[in-house]
Amino acid sequence: MSDAQTQIPVTVLTGYLGAGKTTLLNRILSENHGKRYAVIVNEFGEIGIDNDLIVESDEEIYEMNNGCVCCTVRGDLIRVVEGLMRRPGRFDAIVVETTGLADPVPVAQTFFMDDDVRSKTKLDAVVALVDAKHLPLRLKDSKEAEDQIAFADVVVLNKTDLVTPEELEKVEATIRAINPAARIHRTERAGVALGEVLDRGAFDLSRALENDPHFLEAHDHDHDHHDHDHDHHHHDHDGHHHHDHPSDIHDVSVKSVSLRGGEMDPKKFFPWIEKVTQMEGPNILRLKGIIALKGDDERYVLQGVHMILEGDHQRAWKDGEKHESRLVFIGRDLDEERLRKSFEACQAA
Amino acid sequence: MPTVAPLDLEGHCVAAVFLADVPHFALADGTVHRLDNGQKTAQANDGLLAAFHDAANDRLITGGEDGKVFAVKAAGEVSELASAGRKWITSVAAGPQGAVAYASGKTAFVRFADGKTKEFAHPRSVEGLAFSPKGMRFGVARYNGATLHFPAAEGKPVELEWAGAHTGITFSPDGAFLITTMQENALHGWKLADGKHMRMSGYPSKVKSLSWSMKGKWLASSGAPAAIVWPFSAKDGPMGKAPLELGTRGNTMVTCVACHPSQEVTAIGYEDGMVIAARFADAKEVLLRRPGKGAITAMMWDKEERRIVFGSAAGDCGVIDITA
Repeated sequence: MSDAQTQIPVTVLTGYLGAGKTTLLNRILSENHGKRYAVIVNEFGEIGIDNDLIVESDEEIYEMNNGCVCCTVRGDLIRVVEGLMRRPGRFDAIVVETTGLADPVPVAQTFFMDDDVRSKTKLDAVVALVDAKHLPLRLKDSKEAEDQIAFADVVVLNKTDLVTPEELEKVEATIRAINPAARIHRTERAGVALGEVLDRGAFDLSRALENDPHFLEAHDHDHDHHDHDHDHHHHDHDGHHHHDHPSDIHDVSVKSVSLRGGEMDPKKFFPWIEKVTQMEGPNILRLKGIIALKGDDERYVLQGVHMILEGDHQRAWKDGEKHESRLVFIGRDLDEERLRKSFEACQAA
Repeated sequence: MPTVAPLDLEGHCVAAVFLADVPHFALADGTVHRLDNGQKTAQANDGLLAAFHDAANDRLITGGEDGKVFAVKAAGEVSELASAGRKWITSVAAGPQGAVAYASGKTAFVRFADGKTKEFAHPRSVEGLAFSPKGMRFGVARYNGATLHFPAAEGKPVELEWAGAHTGITFSPDGAFLITTMQENALHGWKLADGKHMRMSGYPSKVKSLSWSMKGKWLASSGAPAAIVWPFSAKDGPMGKAPLELGTRGNTMVTCVACHPSQEVTAIGYEDGMVIAARFADAKEVLLRRPGKGAITAMMWDKEERRIVFGSAAGDCGVIDITA
């Protein structure tokens, strides 16, 4: 009953009011893509589509009773997913739409921490919709806007037609500064190709990092341009390293730490990463890594949310592929120097 | 040797009960099937999520995705009791004098036999509902505890606090204890006379099925490779005592328990669809049904204590006759 074949993929849609979530949701529900979606919303609101499988639920954040303040789940999702999965033939995938101010972390953690939910569904990706015009303002007045970007696998930078090219560049640089690992798609009216937000496998260890050929590359700018055709003024998005520098928008408190090293000694690396996630868990929003282990001919992939850490062998190293370890942390108050030094100390002699 | 009369249905069985001594099976799609000189079907909710056997009125109360509450009686008589709007009805319970309680989001409703309805708003979602066996009183399982309401009277509810998410709730048959299931793998209890806490933990998974033995001397529970049966005959309940572990199996989990109406015996249903009966005194087991297609989700004994109706998550349901 819990084999991966029957696990239903779940896409989490975050974003502030007005960022275009409803527009995207209406497209997911109405476009002819051959898949049926169940949608869980907190506010029934403006979804104009008649669909029996739109479920309204009250956002319920439950702290787990284990003394860990970052171990939170969404109680309402546990219940709704359980109910939906009793009649699984009705839909192929689930979309969870969160309220503008929602914290994406409990939503994501539900799919790792609750055994029932975990056995029947799998988190596919967290997609953040961002309003290009209002993001700077949002970042000033709320922590949630920043969290939503920091936590996302895919950022849909929407309403690009409402800003100047210079403003757009700046907004995208800010997003990059918060989350260098996310894919960014520039859109008007949430006009992103649905394949770019659905069925991403971003939390699937065997696929996650494979999807991101530039994962952790310092100059990764992979927003694609073929799904929209408005004028870009030919800005250069290949050579910029601006996202490695602290953003000039001082309202950003999330930062990322990208680490790179050679082959790791498993006896040192695993205790270290365990300890880091235990000690720094509350500060870590996301963690992703590909690790080369000494004496192991397979790549080891890692991902984490706060204190939750998942890792597995992914595939054999290819001939001629450099046995290199890469790890990125996205979070707050991360001591980059200490992380780097202790990470490097795990390298095999 | 017990015999099984199988009934293969399509879908998750939410409730399996006897109504007028006829086996009834309520499925997640809202169909209610019965074995009454052949298989017959009635329709309740469009999406059935919760069901409660109202023994006093020989009916099944159901709530569902359509925001409605139905009463299902024998012979396929289905009547709508209430409608609460767009949100799912996630929990239902039946109480004294024909009263029915149901939950939608953060609100609990009580519908009295005369059709009048009273609303009880809560700051957080109503996760579980149960009436006390004594007096017009009901309990709500919620985040960080339970709330007791007295729907027939005005006045403040009683709040019982315990950190964590409480998902299900039951009163002991004598009304002395209130027990909740939790999001974590544990039960919590309160002795209502003095508010003393009881913590019952050590389960490897969530507890989803609870059943009181006759006169409430024991509380059987799922959530482990064995049925965990807590002693409640002492005045402080199970505190300081070890539970019985009945029907232990190494490779599967207990998913459903149903205590015998008059003897210290419980029926135990497993994840793989097996059903056994086990006696408290000597832990002796009798196989009632071999493993099937899905986890056992519901069971009930009949009045004659001769048959057990059961349902599964895969729809392979049936009736066990233990005397045949």
